[in-house]
Amino acid sequence: MKRKILIVDDEPNIVMSLEYTFKKQDFEVFIARDGSEALEILESEVPDVVLLDIMMPNVDGYQTLTQIKNNEKLADTKVVFLTAKNKASDIEKGLKLGADKYLTKPFSVKKIVSEILELLN
Amino acid sequence: MNNYSLVLIIILYLAVLFYIAFFAERKKKSKWVNNPYVYTLSLAVYCSAWTYYGSIGIAANSGIDFLPIYLGPVIAAPLWIVLLRKIIRISKQHKISSIADFISLRYGNHRFLGALVTLVCLFGTLPYISLQLKAVSETFAIIADETSYISTSILDDSTFYVALLLAVFATFFGTQNTDASEKHKGIIASVAFESVLKLLFFLVIGIYITFYLFDGTTDIYSKISNTENFNSLIKLNGIEDSFNWFFMTGLSFIAIFLLPRQFQVSVLENIREKHLKKAIWMFPLYLLLFNVFVIFIAWAGKLTFGNAVNAEYYTLLLPLENGNSFLATLVFLGGFSAVISMVVVSTLALSIMVSNNLIIPYGFLDKFIKNQPERNSKYIKNIRRISIFTIIITAYFFYVSFSRELSLYSIGLISFVIIAQLAPSFFIGLYWNRGSSKAAIIGIIVGILIVLYTLVLPFTVQAYTGSDDFVQYGLRGISALKPHALFGIDFLSPPAHAFFWSMSANILCYLIFSLTSKGHYRERNYAEMFVDIRNFSTLQDSALVWKGEAYVADIKNVLVRFLGETKANRALSIFFTKYKLSPDTQIADARLINFSEKLLTGSIGSASAKILIASVVKEEQISLVEVLKILEESKEHIVSNKVLLEKSNELAELSSKLKTANQELITKDKQKDEFLDTVAHELKTPITGIRAATELLMDDIDDMPMEMKQQFLKNILQDSDRLGRLINNILDFEKLETGRLNLDIERYDIQNTMKKAMSSISHIASKKEIRLINRNPHSFKLNYDEDRILQVLTNLLSNAMKFCKEKTGEITIDYKLGNQFVEISVSDNGKGIPSEDHDFIFEKFYQSKHQNTIKPHGSGLGLAITKQIVQKHNGKIWAEKGLKKGAKLVFTLPFE
Repeated sequence: MKRKILIVDDEPNIVMSLEYTFKKQDFEVFIARDGSEALEILESEVPDVVLLDIMMPNVDGYQTLTQIKNNEKLADTKVVFLTAKNKASDIEKGLKLGADKYLTKPFSVKKIVSEILELLN
Repeated sequence: MNNYSLVLIIILYLAVLFYIAFFAERKKKSKWVNNPYVYTLSLAVYCSAWTYYGSIGIAANSGIDFLPIYLGPVIAAPLWIVLLRKIIRISKQHKISSIADFISLRYGNHRFLGALVTLVCLFGTLPYISLQLKAVSETFAIIADETSYISTSILDDSTFYVALLLAVFATFFGTQNTDASEKHKGIIASVAFESVLKLLFFLVIGIYITFYLFDGTTDIYSKISNTENFNSLIKLNGIEDSFNWFFMTGLSFIAIFLLPRQFQVSVLENIREKHLKKAIWMFPLYLLLFNVFVIFIAWAGKLTFGNAVNAEYYTLLLPLENGNSFLATLVFLGGFSAVISMVVVSTLALSIMVSNNLIIPYGFLDKFIKNQPERNSKYIKNIRRISIFTIIITAYFFYVSFSRELSLYSIGLISFVIIAQLAPSFFIGLYWNRGSSKAAIIGIIVGILIVLYTLVLPFTVQAYTGSDDFVQYGLRGISALKPHALFGIDFLSPPAHAFFWSMSANILCYLIFSLTSKGHYRERNYAEMFVDIRNFSTLQDSALVWKGEAYVADIKNVLVRFLGETKANRALSIFFTKYKLSPDTQIADARLINFSEKLLTGSIGSASAKILIASVVKEEQISLVEVLKILEESKEHIVSNKVLLEKSNELAELSSKLKTANQELITKDKQKDEFLDTVAHELKTPITGIRAATELLMDDIDDMPMEMKQQFLKNILQDSDRLGRLINNILDFEKLETGRLNLDIERYDIQNTMKKAMSSISHIASKKEIRLINRNPHSFKLNYDEDRILQVLTNLLSNAMKFCKEKTGEITIDYKLGNQFVEISVSDNGKGIPSEDHDFIFEKFYQSKHQNTIKPHGSGLGLAITKQIVQKHNGKIWAEKGLKKGAKLVFTLPFE
C-alpha cells in the first residue's frame, strides 16, 4: 500500500517542489494551503506523515498540531514541522507540542526525503 | 429718641451678638467660622470708635492728618506674608497665648519681662478702652438728646451699664477654656460680624451725606474751597508736617502688630497660615473703603455747623439735623459695634496677660501647687474673669477722671506711643539672636519714662493745675526740657515728638545693652529658636538644651495638677509614642521638660510654667558656649538631613527615569527583533522556493518532464522577482521610518500621476479582466514627490487587484478637493476589509486572516510604506469604514 503524506503550506512554489519530490518517492500526496484545510482533509484521511508549516493564515501550524494530537484516529501519524522559524525557542516549542521532527527552511530536498523516510522506518 | 428705647435697642443688639458667638462656638469646625474672610474681618478690630468718629474730627480740624494711621497698616500688610507668618509659626510652636508671653519667651522665658510687657499693654490699652467708653457715652447722649444732662453718680450713668454688659460678654466667651492658647471662635465670629456692620453703616452715612444732603463730592469740594483756611486742610505744611506724617505712619505700622487686640486676632486666633494670603489685600481694601467718605463728611459737617459742635460726631449730628433719627441710630449702632469688638478683644487679651504673666507667676503659684486640679482650672478662669471686670471698670474710671477733657484722637495716639515701646524688643528680637532680656527691659522702661514725661505728664499736670506752664516753659523753666520740644525739636506734633524721642532712646538702649551684656544660656537658646524658626520647628522639643536631673513622676504630678489626671496621661502617652520611648521611662530628658512647659503655657503662661517645672527638677548650669555648640550641631544635623533627603529624592527620580528609558529600549529592541525575524522569514520563503526548484532541476534533469522543468524555472524567476521587490521595500521602509528619505517635491498635476499609476497596472488588469475606472478626469496641480505618490497609488491599486475577482472586478480611482487638501481614493468591489482589521492594515507585515487562500505575493510592507509616504507629505491615510461592499482606501495631500 502506498504511503500517504499531507503537505501543509501556504506558499504554492514550495508546495510544488515538495509534491513533485514525494510523488517521485511513491507517496500519495495530499495538499492543504493552511491549517483549516489540513484538518478538513484529516477528517477522511489518515496519512503516515504530515509536513507542516507554522506561519499560515487562519489556523497556524501549532494549532493544527494540537488538533492532530487530540485526535485518537491520528495516533500513528507522524508530524514534521517544516518552517522558516529557526530560533532555538521556536524549535523547543514545536517539539514540546509533540512534533516528531523539526526541519527548517530553506531546505535540501534530499535531506527532507531522507529524514521523512528515516522517521517512517 | 427716648432713653429707654435706645437701651432696648442696645440690649437687642447685644443679644444678636451673643447668638452669633454662641453659634460659632457650637459650630467650631464649620467653614462659616474657619475661613480667610472671617479672619480678615476680625483684623478690622483695628477700626475702633477712634476710626469711626475720631478720624472725622481730625479731618475737620487738621485736614488729611487722619490718614497716616491707616497708611502704616497698609504698608505692613504685604510684609505679613513673611513677618506675620513667622510670628504665627513661633506662637503655634510654643503655644503662646499673648504678646507678653511672646516677648518674654523670646528672652529666655523671663518672668519680669513678661510682667513688664503686661504692664505696658495695660497702661497703653486702658486709655484706649476709656476712649471707647467715652464715645459710647457721648453718642448715647446725642441720640437720646440729653446733652445738657450731667450724671451725678455712676449708678445713673448709662455708660457704666454698657461697660458692665461688655464685661459680661467678654467673660462669657473669653473664658470657656483654661488653656488660653485655644481659639476663641465665638468672639472672633462676632467681631467679624461687627466689622461688616460698622463698615456698612459708615458707608451708608457717607453716601447719605455726600449724595443726599449734598450734591456729590464736587459740590462739597467747591463749597468748602471757598472757606478760609481751606489750604491748610488739604496740604502738608512743609518739612515739619512730613516728619509728622512719617512718624505717625511708623507708629501705626508698629501698632498693627503690637496692639494687644491686633496680636490676639492676627496671631493667636489665626487658624491657617494661608488665610494671610487673602488678608494681605483684603484688609487694606477694608481700610480704604472706611476712609473714602471721611473727608467729605468732615467738610459737609464743617459747612453745616461751622465750629459750633464737636466735629467727631458729624455722622450723628448731620442726619439728626435733617430729622433722620433712624439713620442716626444706625450710625450709633455701627459705632457701638466698633466699640464692642475693640473692648471685648482688648480685655480678653489683657486678662490673659494679667493672669498668666502678672498674677499667677507673682503670687498664686504656691497656692496652685497645693490645690486639687479641678479647683485649679476654676481658679485660673476666675482670675481671668475678675481681670476682665477690673480692666473695664478701671477704664471706666479713667474715662470719668481724664478722658472727658481729651479728644478721641489724642487718647488713641497716647495708646499707640506707649504700645510702640515694645517694638524694638519684639521686631529686632525676631531677627537678631544677640538681643538680650536685660536690654529689652531697660529699653522698654526708658522709652516709657520718656513717653510719660513728654506725653502723659503734660496733660495730667494741666488737668490738675489748670495751667500750661509746664508745657510752655519746661521743667523748672529749663527750655531744653520742654515736654513737647525736647532739646529744641519743636516742629513735631506732641505724639510724633514723643514717639521720636522714646523710640530713639529705646532702640539705642536695646542695642547697647544687648551688645555689652553676656546673655544667659537659656535666653540664647530661645533666641536661636525664634530667629531661626524654620530650622528649629523641625527639631521640635529637642530644640531646648537642658541638662540636669528630673523624674517623669515629678513632672507628671505637676501636669496632673493643672490639666487633670486624664489629660496629663494622654499628653504623656502622646509624648512617649512620638519619641518612641518606653512608657515606664523614669528619668526625664530635655524634650519632656520642654514639652511639659509648653503644655502648661496655655493655661498659666510661659513664665509660670517654667517656674513650676523648675520646682520639681534639678537643673545644672550649662555654659553659653556649650548651648551654642549643641544648637549648632542640631542645626547642622537638620541641614545635612535635608541635603540627604534632597539627594535621595533626586536619585529616586533619576532611577525612575532610567527605568522608563530602559523600558523603552527593551520595547524598541523587541520591536527590532520582531522586525528582523519577520524580514528573515519573508526572505527565506522565496529562497526556499528557489533552492528546492533548483535542486530538483539539477538532480532530476533527465527524468523530469519538460512542462515540469518549465514550471520550476518559472517559479525560480517569480521567487527571484519577489526577493528583489522585498529587498527594495525593506530598504524603502527603513529609510522612511528612520526619516532619512528626502522628498523631491515639485509641482505636478495629480491627474497625470493617477494616469501613470493606472497604466502601470493596466496590463495585469486587462489580463484578469478587471475594469479600471477614473471617475474625475479634471486636472489639479499641487506640490508633491511624484515618484513616491506614484508608489502609493500603485500600491493601493495592486492591493485592490489582489482582493478583486477576475472578470467581475472593478477598481475606481477618484479625487475631490477639500478646503486645504485633495482627497484621493481607490475603491474596489472585492471582498472588503473586515472591521477587526481596520486598525492594523497599515502595520508592517500585517496580513489579514481573511485574504484569498492563494497567498498573494506581498511583502507585508506595502501599506506600511504607503502610510509613511503619505505622512511624510503631511497627509493622512485611512480605510473607509462601514462600506456595504468592497474596500475604499483614502489619502489626503495638503495644498501646502
